[in-house]
Amino acid sequence: MAERYSSFAPGGTSWLLQRVTAAFLIVVLAFHFFLLHFVNHAADITFAGSAARMAEWGYYATMILFLVTATFHGVNGVYNALINQGLDGTTKTVVKWGLIVAGLLLIAQGIRLANVLAGGA
Amino acid sequence: MSRATAQYDRGAIEDFGRWREFTAGMWAWVFHKFTGWVLIGYLFTHIAVLSTAMSGPGAFTSTIQGLEGQAIVRVLEVGLLAVAVFHILNGVRLLLVDLGLGLEHQDRAFYASLILTAVIAVASVPVFVEGAF
Repeated sequence: MAERYSSFAPGGTSWLLQRVTAAFLIVVLAFHFFLLHFVNHAADITFAGSAARMAEWGYYATMILFLVTATFHGVNGVYNALINQGLDGTTKTVVKWGLIVAGLLLIAQGIRLANVLAGGA
Repeated sequence: MSRATAQYDRGAIEDFGRWREFTAGMWAWVFHKFTGWVLIGYLFTHIAVLSTAMSGPGAFTSTIQGLEGQAIVRVLEVGLLAVAVFHILNGVRLLLVDLGLGLEHQDRAFYASLILTAVIAVASVPVFVEGAF
């Protein structure tokens, strides 16, 4: 077997979703960085500019999908990294639900924020 | 038997005290984990900072421009770019490994990820620090 290190047991739903979200995030994270640092400079960002971008439904939908996939990918990655470190038993269950709640709260707050920006244009 | 197909016990990668014995693939694993932790930590921070929009347009704009006015933030942003670029490039490498493509070159792909990350980060410095110093 070649040198291969992964925190995920191949074949599971979590494994597949981690890779599907990865493929999406590779493109969208690069786009996000490029748009907000090279096309628009971060120092020039204003509420009006962000609101104008978020008022475009395609941009809004992309950002919501970006938020959801990034949160899943990150939280699932942290969970599997902790399992790698030996997380087990009750602690594993507590951490799992803690991460799920934190992820859902982040998504909810991100959607509220996107809606505020989209409504401000 | 080639090195890529050699079967031997490399020990647990979590046993970081053995870092001198780590191979390229193991360093890639460590760097991918580290950059992943930074990125998820940043995502929570990013949404929290942008949430100043809830307090009105003025609060949002002054928060962003106040942060961007600090040189240390600009430097940290270059670091964030490096972290994101490495995670993306090594992520592509991992997807290829999962697809069974180029397994025999996975160590060189890791070195290429590191070099390309460094080149992109250094080339981006002028854009990121413009007007900050």
